[in-house]
This record gives sequence, structure tokens and C-alpha cells, in this order.
Amino acid sequence: MGGCGVSELGALKRSGVEQVTEMAENQSGSLMARLAEKLQSSWKTVVVAVPFLWLLIFFLAPFFMVLKISLAESVFAQPPYTPLVEWVSEGILAIRIVFDNFVFLWEDNLYLNTYLNSIKISSISTVLCLLVGYPIAYGIVRSSPTVRNIFLLMVILPFWTSFLLRVYAWMGLLADQGTINSLLIWLGIIDEPIRMLYTEFSVYVGIVYTYLPFMILPLYANMEKLDISLLEAAADLGAKPAVTFLTVTLPMTIPGIIAGSLLVFIPATGEYVIPDLLGGGNVQMIGRVLYNEFTANTDWPVASAVAIVLLLVLVLPMMLYQHIQSKESDS
Amino acid sequence: MQGKRSTFLLAMLSFGMAFLYIPMVLLVIYSFNKSKIVPIWGGFSTRWYKVLFESEDVWAAVSLSLKIAVVNATFATLLGALAGLALVRFGRFRGRTLFSGMITAPLVMPEVITGLSLLLFFIGLKGLIGWPERGFTTITIAHITFSMAYVAVIIQSRLAGMAQDLEEAAQDLGAKPFRVLTDITLPLLAPGMLAGWLLSFTLSLDDLVIASFTTGPGSTTLPILIYSRIRLGLRPDINALATIIILVVTIGVLIFGWLMLRQAKQRERDMHMAAKS
Repeated sequence: MGGCGVSELGALKRSGVEQVTEMAENQSGSLMARLAEKLQSSWKTVVVAVPFLWLLIFFLAPFFMVLKISLAESVFAQPPYTPLVEWVSEGILAIRIVFDNFVFLWEDNLYLNTYLNSIKISSISTVLCLLVGYPIAYGIVRSSPTVRNIFLLMVILPFWTSFLLRVYAWMGLLADQGTINSLLIWLGIIDEPIRMLYTEFSVYVGIVYTYLPFMILPLYANMEKLDISLLEAAADLGAKPAVTFLTVTLPMTIPGIIAGSLLVFIPATGEYVIPDLLGGGNVQMIGRVLYNEFTANTDWPVASAVAIVLLLVLVLPMMLYQHIQSKESDS
Repeated sequence: MQGKRSTFLLAMLSFGMAFLYIPMVLLVIYSFNKSKIVPIWGGFSTRWYKVLFESEDVWAAVSLSLKIAVVNATFATLLGALAGLALVRFGRFRGRTLFSGMITAPLVMPEVITGLSLLLFFIGLKGLIGWPERGFTTITIAHITFSMAYVAVIIQSRLAGMAQDLEEAAQDLGAKPFRVLTDITLPLLAPGMLAGWLLSFTLSLDDLVIASFTTGPGSTTLPILIYSRIRLGLRPDINALATIIILVVTIGVLIFGWLMLRQAKQRERDMHMAAKS
């Protein structure tokens, strides 16, 4: 925050010089008027500089901090890592970079498997979200305007309620003594409860449930712009519904499919809460390993290296999403 | 054929809505369960609401979370609006690519990475200049950083969809660019800023992971409190809390939806009137 203030003042001062000369000529009086005058001439700089500086300080700088610590060694001290740059003796500066943490991640099968497992779980969840979300989005688009608004509101509403409590709701449904097992036993379908909570299955359910709106909304936004007359034309020309879907509808909704899939895949890969609450200790995902490495093992360098590698894994999908976003806002 | 297709869509819609809502309805039902074991029904009771209201931890956590959410939403709306304005209306400026990259990155950045990097940064900064103390300040700064990205996206899309004629007309009539901003652009942006404020407020109230990383001793937000309790299993008082949250959100969303609908109808009527005259 301090940084922003200083730059604002700098911008004001610079333009102030020009302002003062002008001011002397027309004698426009009070301090307030002069201040407003100054603000007017440099407001564009201020508009860009304030959020820009905020992001440089609180987004970019922390990222480099993680990079720096990932290249350090863990030591038993405060802070628990070796410094990057050190005065060895009079006037000699030593830069210490170690890649041990990354080598460690590569050689230890636990980490490699956890990364692969996270990607597997988030990929399958993305496909499941798409299979469930696509017909729902299509159904919403094809309904009458009033009904459409009600359904949209219903899709958005869970998004505004607590994410944590929606995951918690599934703990109650999937537990051994939970609602689903009790119902199945009562119906006489099973005799013994099926173990669902603390398995990979419950993690899939949790991810699909909480991320479904992220799939439906981009799909809806894309389909809303679809030209329905094209579908009717295809039907008039004798195309069967399945053919129309595969050759007309599906190709036209690909941008929506990609946007929705990325919005599910990227955060799900680094997910911490769902594997922890619904997977218990049985499902290893990288977000959970990172958190535990940092809090329980207090190994900052390894935790930082885990974060850097996770970022490398996700950088392509993230750039793809940014590309789509910027294309969207340009058109 | 048409009929068969719409039956399928209707079935999918009903299934989807049931999937979204049954878990929440069950949360609410079990909050009125007399039994301490959540999924076993022991008769109707409101005792868990009493337990909840008498818990001082819960009140402290609610008040901290609300404070953070309000400060966060206000700053994030200001910063995000400035960022959105700069990106849509200023054309090219130095560092624009970096700027737009930094604005959208928090939207897709995994929370564990954002949380870890900010915590390490805060600890480093504290060692360097003795500020900030971990707790309210650090959580709020972390929340502003990701919330402003959402606000910027909302403002960007509103500005992009907004015709520039009004702004150009004002300029042609001799208004200075700053005057155009304060008298034309900002009032037109007000609904977008309100939506951004509400979204930032909710995102902040909802965040567990980033708050867990950046919090300090004694600063327990509501999600941190809920999480520490449900990690150990199902708790009926948490069901009561969930019911209250669902109720508040539903009322909020309904009011917001009604206002939007009224605004849309008003606009339609205006257009109609304009067309007639």
C-alpha cells in the first residue's frame, strides 16, 4: 500500500510543475481547485499505476519469493532456508542456488505419483462435469426466457453459498452411516453399508458437485449466442437429430467446452479441501501434499518446489485460458 | 423426434437441479435433528441453533470474516475498476501485457500456490521492515489481490459491451477526459461495480485455503473455524450454521435477481416509449 501512495505522489509532482505555471497565469485560487486540476492532468497515470503496483507487490513479488526459496536448502533456523545471496567475507558475495529440491521431487516416487494422480482425477472429473453440464446448459438455453432465468439463478445460487459447506453436505450423504447407505439398506438393496466416504469415488463426486456451475455457465454463455436457425435449417434439410448435433451443435460450442473444461481442470488439479475432507488419507493429491509439507513438515524449500512444479504443469492450460479470455474481450 | 428430445433435456435439467439441491436440502433438514449423530434422525429440535448462538467462537469468527469481507470488497472494487478501465479504454501503454497477465492469473491460479506465495512473502517482508503482522491485515491483502481480478473481469466485460457514443458525445461537447470519466463512465459502471463488490464480498467469506496460509495466531475466520470442526466428522451445529448461511444467501440472491429483472423490464418499457414517440 505504501508503494502505491508514493508513486501517486510522484505522478502528481511531475505534472504539478506544469500545472503551477499554468495556475500562476489564471490565478484559479484555492488549494482544492489546484488539487483537482493536478489530479485531472495525471489521472490516467494514477488509474494504471495503482492496480499495477498492487499486483507487482502482492502478486509478482510473492511468486519470485517462492521461486527463490525453492532454490534454497532447508535448514533448522529462522527462517528455515538458506539465503540466496550471502556475504561470505569482506566484500565477497556468494549466490547459492541448489536444485536438490527438484531432484528430490523427481526421484521420490511419492511426489511423481501424486502429480500424476492429481492430473488423472482432475481430468476424469472435467469429463464428468462436461457430460453432466452440457445437457443442462443446452436445456437451459432451449427453454423459454422466464424459465431460463429461473434455471440460471438456480445454477448460480450454490456458487454463492459456502464451498466448504457444500463439500460437508456430501460427507453426510456418503458416510457409512450416511443418508445414501441408510436409504439403500432401508430399501433392502444392500445389507451392509458400502464404503464411499474416504475413497476416490467420493472425491470425484465432490469435485463434480462443486465445480459443475463453472462448467455450465461458460457453456451457457457460448450456446446463448448460437444461431438456432442453423439447427432448424439442418433439420429442414433432413438431418437426423444425432447428425445435427455432431455436425452443427457440437462444433459451434467448442469454445464453450474448452473454457468450461479449463475452469474445472485447473483449480481441481491443485484442489486441497475436497481430497482432504472426502478422500481422507486415502487419496493423494498434490495440493494436499503441498499444504502438509509446509505446515506439518515445515519444509519450506520442498513445499516451494512442489508449488513451482505444479505451476509448470498448469502453465499451458492457464495460458490457453488467458488467450481465450483476451480473445473474448476483444471481440 | 422433437418431443423425445425435449423430454431428454427436461430429464437432464431435473436431474441436474436435484443433484445441485438435494445435498443442500438435507443439510437443512439435519440441522433440526435432535440426535447428536447427524445422519440418524432423532426427532425435531432446534437445540443446535441454541448451541450455535451461545458459542462465542462462532460469533468472533463471523465478525472477523465480515470485517475482512467488507474491507476486501471495497478495496477490490476500487482497484479492479481502475484495472478494468485501464485495460479497455486506454489502448496500448507500457507494460500492458504484463498487467493484463497479472490481472487474469489469480482467476485460475491454484489457491495453494497463491496462499503459499503470499505467506512466504509476508514473512519475508516482516523480517525486512517489521510489517505486516499476520492476521486481519495479511488475510485482507491476500483477498484483495484475487478479488480485484474478478472485479476487473466484470468491469472489462461491461465496458466492452458499452457503446462509447455517450463518452464521445460528452467529449465533443467540450468535457475534459477526467470530467467524462466522473460524469459519464463511472455512473454507467455503477451496476458492474455493485456486482463486483458483492462477488468480492462472497469470495472473501468463502475462502478457506488462502486464509489458512496467511492467517496468524488468534485470527480465526469463519471457514477456518468450520473446517477445523468438520475435519473430525459430522457436527449438527455446523448444519445449523449451514442452514443460516443458505437462508441469507438465498434471500440475497432473490433480491438481487428481482432488482435485475425490474431493471430489465424498466429498460424494455423505456425502449418501447422511445419507439412510440
